[in-house]
Amino acid sequence: MHIVACVKQTPKSDNVKIDKETGCLIRSGTESAMNPFDEYALEEAVTLKEQAGGRVSVITMGPPQAEAVLRDSVARGADDVYQLGDRAFAGSDTWSTSYALSKGIEKINALHPVDLIICGKQTNDSDTGHIGPQISAWLNIPNAAFVKKIVRLNEKSIVVERLTEDGSEVVELPFPCVISVVKEISNPRVRSIKGRLNAKRATITVWTADDVAADKSKLGIQNCPTRVVKSFVPKREITSVVVEGSNGKEKGAKLVTLLKEQKFI
Amino acid sequence: MALQDYKNVWILAEVQRGKLSPTALELLTAGRKLADDLGEKLCAVLLGHNVRPFAQELIDYGADIVYVCDDTQLENYIDDVYAKTLADMVKTYQPNKFLIPATNRGRALSAKTAVFVGTGLTADATDVTINKEDGQLYATRPTFGGNLMATITCARTRPEMCSLRPMAYEKAKKQAGRTGEVIAVPFQREKFTSAAQFIEFIKSNEGGLDLSEVDVIVAGGRGLGKAEGFALLQKLADRLGGAVAASRAPVDSGWIDYRYQIGLTGRTVRPKIYIACGISGQIQHTAGMSGSDVIIAINKDPNAPLMKTAHYAVEGDLYEVIPAMLEALH
Amino acid sequence: MDYAINEMEQEVLNATREFAQKKIKPVRAEMDAKEQFSREMWEEYRKTGLFGLWLPEEYGGLGGGITCLAMAFEELSRACAGLALTPGTSALGAIPMFLAATKEQREKWCPDLASGKKLWAFALTEPEAGSDATALKTTAIKDGDFYVVNGTKHFISTGKEADFYTVAVNTNPSRGARGISLLVIEKGTPGFSFGKKEEKMGIRSNPTYELIFENVRVPKENLLGSEGRGLLYVQETLDYSRPGVAAQAVGIAQGALDTTIPYLRTRQQFGQPLITFQALGHKVAELAAKTEAGRALVYTLTHRMDNEFLPAVKNALANGTTVHDELKKIKGARWTKYSAEAKLFCSNVAMEVADECVTLCGGIAYMRDFPLEKYMRDAKITQIYEGTVHIQKNEILTALIKEYAAKGDEE
Repeated sequence: MHIVACVKQTPKSDNVKIDKETGCLIRSGTESAMNPFDEYALEEAVTLKEQAGGRVSVITMGPPQAEAVLRDSVARGADDVYQLGDRAFAGSDTWSTSYALSKGIEKINALHPVDLIICGKQTNDSDTGHIGPQISAWLNIPNAAFVKKIVRLNEKSIVVERLTEDGSEVVELPFPCVISVVKEISNPRVRSIKGRLNAKRATITVWTADDVAADKSKLGIQNCPTRVVKSFVPKREITSVVVEGSNGKEKGAKLVTLLKEQKFI
Repeated sequence: MALQDYKNVWILAEVQRGKLSPTALELLTAGRKLADDLGEKLCAVLLGHNVRPFAQELIDYGADIVYVCDDTQLENYIDDVYAKTLADMVKTYQPNKFLIPATNRGRALSAKTAVFVGTGLTADATDVTINKEDGQLYATRPTFGGNLMATITCARTRPEMCSLRPMAYEKAKKQAGRTGEVIAVPFQREKFTSAAQFIEFIKSNEGGLDLSEVDVIVAGGRGLGKAEGFALLQKLADRLGGAVAASRAPVDSGWIDYRYQIGLTGRTVRPKIYIACGISGQIQHTAGMSGSDVIIAINKDPNAPLMKTAHYAVEGDLYEVIPAMLEALH
Repeated sequence: MDYAINEMEQEVLNATREFAQKKIKPVRAEMDAKEQFSREMWEEYRKTGLFGLWLPEEYGGLGGGITCLAMAFEELSRACAGLALTPGTSALGAIPMFLAATKEQREKWCPDLASGKKLWAFALTEPEAGSDATALKTTAIKDGDFYVVNGTKHFISTGKEADFYTVAVNTNPSRGARGISLLVIEKGTPGFSFGKKEEKMGIRSNPTYELIFENVRVPKENLLGSEGRGLLYVQETLDYSRPGVAAQAVGIAQGALDTTIPYLRTRQQFGQPLITFQALGHKVAELAAKTEAGRALVYTLTHRMDNEFLPAVKNALANGTTVHDELKKIKGARWTKYSAEAKLFCSNVAMEVADECVTLCGGIAYMRDFPLEKYMRDAKITQIYEGTVHIQKNEILTALIKEYAAKGDEE
């Protein structure tokens, strides 16, 4: 089977620092890594390949330094890696990004028919969770989100268990389809030594918007439907507070008020 | 069609397993304000099977119009079927704004629908307002795990779509004597198909959430006094969308399994919120959770180490404090 | 200091360090307390490819040498010496096979060994044959195309979990030590059973078992090399594996320091951090120096070994010969003295460092829920297995006497 995993290079979760004056992410000196949810997605893709046979292709959309996340994918067991790299893509929102990725996947499909597309639940920078479902919309194929387990699969379809607030639902999707997965799906391995050595020598295929026949009027900061009008650091004072009240009941209620005020809950 | 021809604020009223989700009432609150600011109507959308009865309730809580699409094919949620149905409704009735709850289902559904419709979508907003100058929807949402807030708008396409974070808004209040219109929308079987199939629902028996995945952890220590204390902690965890954990003492006493133990010889976690109940806070424990963003300590002993270093210290009996919290959260 | 001299060794360090942090640390206390072998950890080792480091690429291994093996063992033991033994004892059990095996035997056994699909273990020790291995009583009497094995082994690491056992047997009891041979015996062979599981002071997550052989019929193809040469292969094995144990000891010492120094920096008594008391700080400095000295000795030695080992392996594969024969052709140094020195020094350092660290940290370090006492319990075995410190000293002395006797009393 041929599985395509979509990954993104994002700032390392621990290192997120926002400049209090400009409200922008302080990028210099910030380490980037594979979006944590994508690690789980890729691990599942590689495990499926090891069990069922086949290949894993990985695609990312990003600036030149995103190459690192593709090399990381090779270290984790990916066979072929593709980068959508073009100024035209810059500043895209999820609608445009998912469109670009879907065009990239179409091109990969032309090389080797794709059965399953797997995405992480969301990224740790944008936190939207849109990409998986939106890719399925562009490609007009079925999808399931918040998948925590693959129940079974054969050449034609896959049965998955997806999380709901009150439990989980089991659905069957014929191939080709898209699943977005949560961390319960897998247990990412520590990258093998062979993988790390191969990663350094891997060939990265880079495609421009024209290479994937993407409609440029759908791409980039000028053309994507949403835009950010403002960004700001939420004012949160985290100091030591002794919660007041004359008894436990009052203090409990006061605590909730304080937490809501600070928008912690 | 010009942008100004799109009218009305829509909210998706989610029905899951035969029950109307509390998010429906929250969205009515948010939607009502938007509709009033625009001078337009507030409409609720019901998709499902046997959902027609909820229409009046939605009207009672503020909806002016309720669109009902009721069919056996909609009984269970399949992304394709729901998204195609919604997209078709949007194209037919052309709403100005569309709010969908950011539940697991809603996040995926709103995303797919936005592509089918060809419009912009903001995810997981915590605040939505109408910008007076141009009538655009300004949706504010957390990014970078909540470290940075972004306000997003969608200038050139309609409807402006947005998924709204559960509990970001209070539930709407019932208003006696409200009337409204109920419009039945036919379900077009041939058009809204999917090759995907719903097989079954599995009710969850325990929390089962991964401690490294959750934003909120409610942990119990020796101060719980008994194994049953964890049931109370689980209630709070469920309410906050988090998971239960423990210091070493309850694990050693057999009140909870080792896999929930936080500390030097257990797990290390870094949630946004760590609520330590009846935990003194020795280094063996704090080494496993000191990286949490907000630490709340509830303890009868004001001098317990964790009470000095926590961000919020509540001196009290957790069996009084936590029920009070649960009540305040309702 | 990092002693990696090439990209492969550096990636071995990177991978095993990450593995130790992410996979071993979270479960080590539980596995130690439950005294349980972890199949999940076995699977993690397999997925990260940590079984085949020292085996040729032809068999699915990494193609590294003794240095890669030792580095992995050090870094994994830094987190938990017991859990490090899963790949560690598989290497120990398989090295005699790898040295003495014919081309056909290698092709049969090495692929599953390298992938980690099958685990190996080494079975030499008996109740009456510990330091004196020559006193072993397990017999293997030829009967047609089979050897019939009778006897008992005890204190066998990774016993019962391992699939293949390299067993030291006597195929010709009348010749005494010169009758000792090595046989590969597979778990599940009729008559081969497991007896007592030991409860140990340390390395508790590694299962230690008694092996019982009752008329076990082993195919003659499972003989390694020729009859009577068993002890020769055992000595050669120990020469290559003792640096591994020394590396483990260095890892244990380092792990103890890694736990101690941060604690001494934060813990305050008498108004100041413990590490600012000179008596304590100086002790830490001493221990760190000794640990580094041990590390330097191990990798200097393993790099020298690799200069012979790696070419010998290459030649053995190219010529279809045994690695043992190819090593003889290269006619390099005998490693016995140096391996023994490394193991002697490092195992003593591990015990000293772990012991002193517990004292430095005080009462809290005596308690099981602080991760330091485990290092002390684990360190002890490095002074015992694969030859006690006394045996190491014997080896060193014997070698020195021989050396100086050959030189004559000159100068």
